[in-house]
Amino acid sequence: MQGNAEAKTVGTIGQAVRKDKATGGFKRWCHLLWQSKTGTVGFIIVLSVVLVAIFADLLVPHDPVENNLSDMLAPPFWMDGGSAAYLLGTDNLGRDILSRIIVGTRVSLLVGIFSVVLAGIIGLLVGLAAGYYGKWVDTILMRIVDSFLAIPSILFILVVLAVFEPSIMTLIVVIGLTNWVSYARVVRSEVLSVKERDFVRASYSIGTKDTTIIRKHIVPNIISSFIVISALSVATTIILEASLSFLGLGIQPPDVSWGAMLTDGRNYLATNWWIATFPGIAITITVLGIIFLGDWLRDVLDPRNYFSKKGGA
Amino acid sequence: MKKYLVKRLLQIIPVLFIISFVVFVLVYMAGDPVALMLPEDASESDREAMRAALGLTDPFYIQYFRFVGDLVQGNFGTSFRYNQAALPLVLERLPATFELAAASMVVATLMAVPLGIYSARKQNSLVDLFITGGSVLGKAMPNFWLGILLILLFAVNIQVFPVSGRGTIVHMILPAITLGTGIAAEMTRLIRSNMLEILNQDYIRTARSKGVSSNILVYKHAFRNSLIPVVTIMGLQVSHLVSGALITESVFSWPGIGLLLVQAVNGRDMAVVQAAVFVIALLVIVVNLITDLIYRLLDPRINYS
Repeated sequence: MQGNAEAKTVGTIGQAVRKDKATGGFKRWCHLLWQSKTGTVGFIIVLSVVLVAIFADLLVPHDPVENNLSDMLAPPFWMDGGSAAYLLGTDNLGRDILSRIIVGTRVSLLVGIFSVVLAGIIGLLVGLAAGYYGKWVDTILMRIVDSFLAIPSILFILVVLAVFEPSIMTLIVVIGLTNWVSYARVVRSEVLSVKERDFVRASYSIGTKDTTIIRKHIVPNIISSFIVISALSVATTIILEASLSFLGLGIQPPDVSWGAMLTDGRNYLATNWWIATFPGIAITITVLGIIFLGDWLRDVLDPRNYFSKKGGA
Repeated sequence: MKKYLVKRLLQIIPVLFIISFVVFVLVYMAGDPVALMLPEDASESDREAMRAALGLTDPFYIQYFRFVGDLVQGNFGTSFRYNQAALPLVLERLPATFELAAASMVVATLMAVPLGIYSARKQNSLVDLFITGGSVLGKAMPNFWLGILLILLFAVNIQVFPVSGRGTIVHMILPAITLGTGIAAEMTRLIRSNMLEILNQDYIRTARSKGVSSNILVYKHAFRNSLIPVVTIMGLQVSHLVSGALITESVFSWPGIGLLLVQAVNGRDMAVVQAAVFVIALLVIVVNLITDLIYRLLDPRINYS
């Protein structure tokens, strides 16, 4: 319905978009993705990481947590003393590094995705309330948001981790509860601009309920910028989780985390470089993939970017 | 200006209120400290007496007001690990952190300003692609892992820098590069887009059309005007600087406030955790306020309302 109203106001460009959409969703997305090199690379990386996380149990060549002291500190296969049994070598307790990296994708994605979902839901609700209802609701909510933004969220996270036992669940909740503020801000400003558009005013004037307007008109129009921030925040959260686990404040054994693997490796830097190298590469590649995919989504989901690029500006 | 300053200072109050409330609620939820303070064989009546003496039997809001009263006086309690008052313990770590932060900002600026300007001038060239790619990579790479790699390369393989500690200027180089590159990654991107925007403005086009040479154009006309946003950008990096310092100090055993805080969190030393969190938060607020003021002084177009 509202697509119609938009197409009319935007004119020919809007019609072009509608025609584009009509000629098939999936094919069009594949085409758009293929046009962007970094987008394609990002998509492939993210897809692989997700698949590895899902099928981790089938993929691991060795038990990732069982100590194997007879094979400890084995180098990667291409070095002297390395063997094909341990492709990326073993750590100080003889655990296979490749297997641990494979299992580690689970923790990274779990914490990354679920804390962002939590932060996103809270931020969306607060932002919608503040932007749509305005007045004192807006004043109070935004004062709280500004206060949270005034200081680095890592401080809140550390206080919580000093009080509660760190675990995957604690991390998801605490990161989610501290990161919702940036969503609230973006959602609010988007709502403020959408709210004044003609189709929303028209809907209001014929007596549509607030909840219906929010659900049918506001949310669909802010969802694309919401998706873009979410994608990029999964990337920063993965780094945050790795950092906290590296400091010993995040994931605890026997759960496997890339960050905690780097802590083990730091003590063996002088003699066994591989322990502290491969988990870092895994983090970097994963985060890079998510950033690429996020940037591509931003270009595609925001029609202004899409057409300025097409125009060859 | 005065009015604006007063307004900004007043805005700090709700922030401090929220921090104090969150910290208090968390510590309150953490449970009974008496169990840790008395010997195992203390009787239940001893515990009750201790609780009453510490005021733990009082209602929630009275305990909170007492907590705020202590904070205002700078009384954060005693660190059980160091057995001394928490606040001086935190404050004596400040110089080390300031030193690292300043050095990192210098490294970041020295990297980001030339790279950002250069890649904006040669937009879409191979070098630009390389610089932009590098800044994305810098964002994707965890800061502490970069630190570990630098230790591996320059302290273990070629032994030119010490692995950790603080003392001479040589100790500072690796930590400053680690923390500085993380910040430079973000800064380069921002300076580049800033510079691109300025280079597309009318007065630059006019200057170019009357034959001003490219170098003068960039450094005299464009760069001066791009400095104003750079100040804001530096102010924005304070948050990154704090979280980066926490972890970089831990990687290099740099005896600053970040290392102290991380160790206190690990050891559940709540007095030190609270003191460090409040000191860092206050510093961040003050630095943000200062950058905001500088920004307003530099750019006369902004009004102070």
